[in-house]
Amino acid sequence: MIADAKSTSTPMVNLTINDRPLSVPQGTNLIEAAAKLGIHVPHYCYHPKLTVVGNCRMCLIEMGTPQIEPDKKSVLKPDGPPEITWMPRPQIACATLVSEGMAVRTHSKMVEECRKGVMEFLLINHPLDCPICDQAGECRLQEYSVDYGTGGSRFVERKVKRPKKVELGPRVTLDDERCILCSRCVRFCQEVAKDDVLGFTDRGGHTTLGCYPGKKLENNYSLNTVDICPVGALTSSDFRFQMRVWFLKEARSVCTSCATGCNITVGSREGVVYRYTPRQNDAVNSTWMCDAGRLNYAWINDPRRLTRPLKNGQSAEWSDALPDARHLLREAGMKGQLAIVASGRASTEELFLVRQMAALFPAAAVDIVGRTGGHDQILVSADKNPNTSGAKLLGLATGKLAEIKKGIESGRIKTLFVQGENLEKAGFEAGLLAKLDALVVLDILPSPTTQMATWVLPGAAHVEKNGTFINGRGRLQRFLPSFSVKGHAHEDWYILKELLPEAEHTQYHSFHSVFEAMVRETPALAGVAWEGVGDQGTPLDLKL
Amino acid sequence: MMTEPMIAGLWTDTVSFFGVHAVAVVLLKIAVVLFALLGLVSYTVLAERRISAFIQDRLGPNRVGWFGLLQPVADSFKFLLKENVMPAHVNRIYYVLAPCIALAPALLTFIVIPFGNTLAGEPMVIANLNVGVLWMFSIASLGVYGIVLGGWASNSKYPFLGGIRSSAQMISYEISMGLSLIPVFMHVGSLNLTEIVNAQSHRWLFLHPNLFLAFLIFMISSFAETNRLPFDLPESEQELVGGYHTEYGSMKFALFFLAEYANMITASALMVTLFFGGWQVPFALPESLSHPVTWLAPFVFQPVGFVYILSFFLKMLLFLGVFIWIRWTLPRFRYDQLMNLGWKVFLPMALANVFVMGIWMALSV
Amino acid sequence: MTIKIERPVLKWHENLYFPAIWGGIKVTSRHFWKTVGNWISGKKYGMITSTGRVTMEYPEEKWAVPNEYRGAPTLVKDPDGRIKCVACQLCEFVCPPRAITITPEPIPGQLPNATVEKWPKEFEIDMLRCIYCGLCEEVCPEEAIFLLKDYSFVGESREELVHNKERLLELGGMRQDKIYKWKNK
Repeated sequence: MIADAKSTSTPMVNLTINDRPLSVPQGTNLIEAAAKLGIHVPHYCYHPKLTVVGNCRMCLIEMGTPQIEPDKKSVLKPDGPPEITWMPRPQIACATLVSEGMAVRTHSKMVEECRKGVMEFLLINHPLDCPICDQAGECRLQEYSVDYGTGGSRFVERKVKRPKKVELGPRVTLDDERCILCSRCVRFCQEVAKDDVLGFTDRGGHTTLGCYPGKKLENNYSLNTVDICPVGALTSSDFRFQMRVWFLKEARSVCTSCATGCNITVGSREGVVYRYTPRQNDAVNSTWMCDAGRLNYAWINDPRRLTRPLKNGQSAEWSDALPDARHLLREAGMKGQLAIVASGRASTEELFLVRQMAALFPAAAVDIVGRTGGHDQILVSADKNPNTSGAKLLGLATGKLAEIKKGIESGRIKTLFVQGENLEKAGFEAGLLAKLDALVVLDILPSPTTQMATWVLPGAAHVEKNGTFINGRGRLQRFLPSFSVKGHAHEDWYILKELLPEAEHTQYHSFHSVFEAMVRETPALAGVAWEGVGDQGTPLDLKL
Repeated sequence: MMTEPMIAGLWTDTVSFFGVHAVAVVLLKIAVVLFALLGLVSYTVLAERRISAFIQDRLGPNRVGWFGLLQPVADSFKFLLKENVMPAHVNRIYYVLAPCIALAPALLTFIVIPFGNTLAGEPMVIANLNVGVLWMFSIASLGVYGIVLGGWASNSKYPFLGGIRSSAQMISYEISMGLSLIPVFMHVGSLNLTEIVNAQSHRWLFLHPNLFLAFLIFMISSFAETNRLPFDLPESEQELVGGYHTEYGSMKFALFFLAEYANMITASALMVTLFFGGWQVPFALPESLSHPVTWLAPFVFQPVGFVYILSFFLKMLLFLGVFIWIRWTLPRFRYDQLMNLGWKVFLPMALANVFVMGIWMALSV
Repeated sequence: MTIKIERPVLKWHENLYFPAIWGGIKVTSRHFWKTVGNWISGKKYGMITSTGRVTMEYPEEKWAVPNEYRGAPTLVKDPDGRIKCVACQLCEFVCPPRAITITPEPIPGQLPNATVEKWPKEFEIDMLRCIYCGLCEEVCPEEAIFLLKDYSFVGESREELVHNKERLLELGGMRQDKIYKWKNK
């Protein structure tokens, strides 16, 4: 979107790439220009979000400019197009900006010869330990070897030995033999993370990547270097040797660790999450995400996950749980003894259903549990709930949590419904919860609150269901499931709608019917469609 | 030396002492016959495997016991101990019921068959019914329900086709089978199998030309009724995998298997009874056999009773051999050939045979 | 194009089936008695044809399997006794019946082969699933997995027929080849 705005204000430049005419904004480099025609110019060191250094030499192309007569007119060929003067040597596409009348060849014989040469040089000292390399499967060296390489090596000398298994920081492991010296990681630390710790030493045949003396790669964005490393030199210590990437099923999702809502790809296999990787969204997180958010997934794989309804701690059946819980909430709601603690970690659709429940009992107090923490100027937000804005939009963030606490103390509130929150952390001691007649908890992991619960209703993690979050800037973003719900647990929307009275819940026959009902009944969401939200989300005018 | 009535009386008195004479004797006979029948079934399977092996230049099962004679024991243990798999898609109640329904009629038919003359004064038949043959036909036709039910309850296409074929085949051949026996009744004048056997004390029925034709029709129809090759279309492996028992395993499959062999034994026993003199022996027995053996006095059996049973048994084995041999000799009929044979050949032939028999009898009066 | 094959027109006596049945019985009887004769006279086997014996008494006598035979997949060690597998999981990926499950782990630092960095913590081949296709052997970049000649496995439970790392290494043994790719890492 930002790029589009730029294109209207900057002048356009005409050029031809492989004899195909093209018009791009001034200042575009040739890799981006070619990409507009669907032509991929191979590259290692170039990254659209970092400065251009042009040191890998992989993006060599052949270019030429129109011949100019002394009167500054182009010399035309007999059949019309201008005569081109081709440069005798190849140029790097990443550092070459478009100019009027420029002609480019990305797949000529010379270019292909050049790429073969560059690939051969890059692989001279490469250890070829693909079988143990975590990058295998998403490695640019592998891909370009197949696409542009020679297929064999003429190098008979001893390969240069360099350090392997170097811990650059608590989360990043370096294998220097695999490094092709593209310097993407160095530039990332300087330009994006503003933590200049990486550099090259022993320049020459033995150039080695390393941290400056006394420093470590330990900033909160260090794992982004692993993402942008085009080869397997920088690997995540967390993901190291856990699973080969080709087994991972990828689903588009949103990070739940703070209100920024970085777009992520969840990599999972057979119901186990192995990693989060950032997904490009220039309106939210560019192509980055923080380490804290990235590594916050282990709870999904927790063996203690709740997979069956529990009645007073004993395993029970859904056929008993849902009607009984519904009855408990209704009885208390009618007497004005009900309070609801919703969660800023729940999806907007789930919060909508909670609001429907609250609307049945106007006397019932509702609030969410707020979470705040440190923030930085890059991505991390101080609000640690991914969906505070959603709760605010639906009127659930009322600030009445203290009132609920008092109500329980005074005995006015006798039944509490808790959505995925550990109330101990919000200041509700066990003794306080023991005063309740009934406690219905919807959660996915056992907590002190679920231990006190009359009914525990096991729900789904966000990687197991559809949903939307509204991030701190009011952007509605959707997340999609990676795999199905564990055990006998249900998706939360299903449980929540079952807790509504019979007459209310028949209209919610699927997740999408909940989404549509939410859009229908929320003016701020007018005109939003599930498909329309897309993978990049849609900005809302919230005026919160 | 006790005379025969005295011996019989002693026996009767002994049993009456317990006050359950009739019941006890019947139960004893049922137990012995059932045991012998099931044993015979498993050894028929062994015989089938050995004979087929020899016909195909192989050896057959020769590992368990002497010459493989304990193979049936090993097999039965295997069947009993196998994992009892029930496919998810079957209709559970009928799926389990079907093999039982298949086996029960096969065993029930046997109760009307006289397998010997008398032993200690007791007639060697479990139920001496006056409508023995009708009983046999009515029970035998129940057997098809087991197969059809098995095919249907399996909820799978091959068993279903097998079940359909089986019912069509059984219905077709039951008609010619029933009609083929009418000349026998015309000749003997009774439906009681004991009387039919008694009527053959001088001349076995198959020696009569009309009745020989009847025998041929009956025998071929019994091949079809027992689903044996060349008429085993309900299970034809090449087209239907295993037909009606495709989805069956372990003991449930074994019951189908037992039913097939029990049917074979019953069919053989019937052919012996109806056409080959039943327990009669084709020669005069030495007089001495009719006397009780002294050292057997406590049990007061006379050897001649055993000779008759043995005679019946040997004749039955002969027919079982024919069943087995035919299976490994003839290829399977096409379905249309099977139907043609049943409806266009055997049905008119059996009908005509009834008329010819009638004319014969009218002329010979 | 339809090819019409004329069925032979049968004579009346052929239509009775009896000649064919009689012919069949003659054939089966001949084989039966010949086999019985061989058996009794101690030759033990069924008919002996021009190509040799027809029947082999299996557990005592076994076929000599050809060298190209694909039996059970096994893991091998190199002449130095190192487990060759580096847990790259390509075999797990290529396995058509999904019989292979590998749990990779870093090699503990104190071991002599720690320079290889990675090996299988657990390597399981479910022999109830294995179809002996040999794709795992073909795909292995380390020549660590080989299909040997073993084909007969029995077990009293399903678990027993899931070969684990120890069993696979025991079956595979040491391979005398000259590949020392990781030796000087």
